[in-house]
Amino acid sequence: MKLPAWLHKFASPPHVYGFAGALYPWLLGLSLVLMAVGFYGGLVLAPADYQQGDGFRIIYVHVPSAYLSTAVYALMATASAIGLIWRMKVAHAVAAAAAPIGAWFTLLALMTGAIWGKPMWGTYWQWDPRLTSELILLFIYLGYISLRGAFDELGKADRASAWLAVVGVVNLPIIHYSVIWWSSIHQGPTIKKLGSPSITMEMVWPLLLLIFAYSLFFAAILLQRLRAEILDRERYSRWVGGVVQATASPT
Amino acid sequence: MTEFLQMGGYAQYVWPCFGLTFAVLIVNIVTARRRLTAQLDALRLQQARQAQRSAQA
Repeated sequence: MKLPAWLHKFASPPHVYGFAGALYPWLLGLSLVLMAVGFYGGLVLAPADYQQGDGFRIIYVHVPSAYLSTAVYALMATASAIGLIWRMKVAHAVAAAAAPIGAWFTLLALMTGAIWGKPMWGTYWQWDPRLTSELILLFIYLGYISLRGAFDELGKADRASAWLAVVGVVNLPIIHYSVIWWSSIHQGPTIKKLGSPSITMEMVWPLLLLIFAYSLFFAAILLQRLRAEILDRERYSRWVGGVVQATASPT
Repeated sequence: MTEFLQMGGYAQYVWPCFGLTFAVLIVNIVTARRRLTAQLDALRLQQARQAQRSAQA
């Protein structure tokens, strides 16, 4: 299979390095501003829930991180597959850069979920399908990261970890449908792709804004990490020599 | 203000969640930046060594 022409620009490491550096501060700044607005909307403007009172406000930090935990994995697995099929270095670099961010947000989703569970379910943890499959997601991320660390040669680390990422995709539908397939203590989806959300507009707009803001935040951090990954893979090429000289410290 | 901080009796659950979230955001910003500067430093060292080697030769 041939690579589409427009994709070639994204396969060129120096191009991606420059473009990631230019975009990073804007994405990070915008994401932080939107997060501030979203948190204000969620903590101050949204009314208390009729069942969960003000405790429901944990939704504004729990759902966006849980969303990122699976969305980042999907992106990581897609990048890994592209890297394996077309032997594209930049795609492997994207997957490697995404993994630690995904792991952090999975951990955050688990922790905020546990704290939310205490007052609502009476327990921090249950071996429930949704909770367990999310925990497995964290282990897959950690496995991916440590597998990469086990190779001295970057190319081998890229290929081996890419296979793990691709195989681990089976966990994503399990996480997603766990609350529907099995009787779970976890509540069903708050925002449905089809049909209207199960909560009022005043409660839902901060949540949607925060999901968007977290996605921008992820994109910003991904680009910053991607630059380091690209430098690592291109250490002997001439353009990296130029970059290193341009950023040389005055000492 | 106190009423807001009390979160209708859920303060001990709501605020730790937000605190953890800010911690994770900051850790992500800091570690990503550190990884990039460490990589650039390593490459600078590699370049300096190469220059030294070619000067000796």
